[in-house]
Amino acid sequence: MTSTAPPLRAKARIGDVVFSRTALFAGGMILVTLAAVAIFLIVQSVPAFFATGETASILPSNFWAYVWPLVFGTIWAAFLALLIALPISIGIALFISHYAPRKLAQTLGYIVDLLAAVPSVVFGLWGIGVLAPAVQPIYSWMVDNLGWIPFFAGPVSGTGRTILTAAVVLAVMILPIITAMCREVFLQTPVLHEEAALALGATRWEMIRMAVLPFGRSGIVSAAMLGLGRALGETMAVAMVLSATGLVSLKLLTSENPSTIAANIALSFPEAYGDNVNVLIGTGLILFIVTFLVNAVARWVVNRRAEFSGAN
Amino acid sequence: MSTIDVRPAPAGSTLAGNRLPRYAVWVVLAASLGLGLALFALLAAAAESEFNLVGALVVGAILYLVASTGLTAAVEGQRQAKDRFVTGLVTSAFVIAMVPLFSVAITVIGNGLARFDLEFFTSSMRNVTGEGGGALHAMIGTLLITLAATIISVPLGLFTSIYLVEYGKGRFAKMITFLVDVMTGIPSIVAGLFAYALFALIFGPGVRMGIIGAIALSVLMIPVVVRSSEEMLRLVPNELREASYALGVPKWLTIAKVVLPTAIAGITTGIMLSISRVIGETAPLLITAEFTASMNYNLFQDRMQSLPVYVYTQFANQGNPAFAFLERAWAAALVLILIVMLLNLLARLIARYFSPKTGR
Repeated sequence: MTSTAPPLRAKARIGDVVFSRTALFAGGMILVTLAAVAIFLIVQSVPAFFATGETASILPSNFWAYVWPLVFGTIWAAFLALLIALPISIGIALFISHYAPRKLAQTLGYIVDLLAAVPSVVFGLWGIGVLAPAVQPIYSWMVDNLGWIPFFAGPVSGTGRTILTAAVVLAVMILPIITAMCREVFLQTPVLHEEAALALGATRWEMIRMAVLPFGRSGIVSAAMLGLGRALGETMAVAMVLSATGLVSLKLLTSENPSTIAANIALSFPEAYGDNVNVLIGTGLILFIVTFLVNAVARWVVNRRAEFSGAN
Repeated sequence: MSTIDVRPAPAGSTLAGNRLPRYAVWVVLAASLGLGLALFALLAAAAESEFNLVGALVVGAILYLVASTGLTAAVEGQRQAKDRFVTGLVTSAFVIAMVPLFSVAITVIGNGLARFDLEFFTSSMRNVTGEGGGALHAMIGTLLITLAATIISVPLGLFTSIYLVEYGKGRFAKMITFLVDVMTGIPSIVAGLFAYALFALIFGPGVRMGIIGAIALSVLMIPVVVRSSEEMLRLVPNELREASYALGVPKWLTIAKVVLPTAIAGITTGIMLSISRVIGETAPLLITAEFTASMNYNLFQDRMQSLPVYVYTQFANQGNPAFAFLERAWAAALVLILIVMLLNLLARLIARYFSPKTGR
């Protein structure tokens, strides 16, 4: 034979075309949605960047003077929440993956996941109704006895609704996220590494320090970043718990606290009009950018890990 | 040269060195907790103040950590002591996490039951200024908005995951995966602002409708649906697809009749979990659908109340008497938590009983 037959091609079916186009369209919609989010936020917030105290009544002088304390408060509250939640989460994850009896482990995991199922507005109610009154005496004790540390300087808040309380509520909310991810990473530790450490006579803690934690380090970092991203954007709990005055302050226990972007939007938006709406959307755009950056770092860490986890 | 710390084996022990008996840890735990309780009981009696249970337990736990570490260090050695110390720390981390969970559960049930009555489920807040009233309008609103969000996001999310698993190759698919990741991280309030900005451009500023809230919720819901369905579709063994192709079944029929039915339990679970995630969202609804005291069955007109926003507004705009508003807020919080728990439970049951049996 001199000429080869043309390659066999399946008959193009109308069903196939429709189905694949629909799938492609749906994928494209993701792109369109995200582009729309970015474009609409930018378009609506352009007037905010040029607004002054005369055009938008909530601005003290210009947009940046308004947004700076909010950005500070957002990052400060999220950072505090992470500082509280991360050690506890790692502890819980280790407890579930390496300490609890095997039969109980899954149930304990479900119980921690239950925390993630509580809506944020309920945490807000709880924060005001239960947590704030409960911690207020501790706060006044801390101001009296540890007041020489700048963070704990007085005067103490009488209601307990300080940035530290808000951070504790945020910490409770991001706890299940960080725990779930750390747990998964810890469970992936190669069993051979663990058994080798134990066979050499290591105690359980030495085994964890030598085999589990080094293996899970990047997983812990990315879990922390994801938790941070969630804490940055969390709205209602902060809006309800924190009594904010909108200044920049590192003091944790006073009644004058910086607000956060998300909480400020939720509190001011229903009554906003005119250019104030654009200003609030402008702060939302900044929140979007900050969380995007944090999440991007988290993803980068995860991907790096995927490339180098040749251990297993 | 470092000397190796070998302890003489006592009579009765053969292989190991000195070991504390198993019950020793529990004895120390009971003793330290008892000591903490006794200490605080004395303090309470001396100052004639209320007994501080939390403080007692915290002091007891610290006492236990110190005592067990010290005892282990004395009998078993430094390394074992460190191990026991960390075991105590890790366990107390878990106990600490349980405190807010139980505290939330107890307060919500305790405060919510007061108004968990028939009137709460059958009336709205129209013309109610003090006691009485209910959350029917909020429940209807939550139902409609969540339903609309589900109708928007499930087909989009499902087909996106089909695209990613069955069709997508190359750069476009990679970009979609990346964008879904980005979407997962959008703060809920930003989703609300986006939906508002979108409709404000069309209908003018100050627009408030239920459907805007539904769109905001879909922005939050789509990535969750995509992620979970994608994972489930990837679990479908390739042999099934190849067997189907070998019988001459076209690709779309293979997906519709072989791949999707195999993965349907997992996909349903993912969808229910995504619903349970967005049903408690407050912030986007607060700025898009806002709040009202009346029934509203129309997604495309006027403000619409929803359960989470109801909780917030009852709390934030307390009238007279204040306790009536707080009781309603707690009751609505209880309803909300029950709905979320129910969805979670259903999702897990579906995953357990309807997933294809993989065992041979």
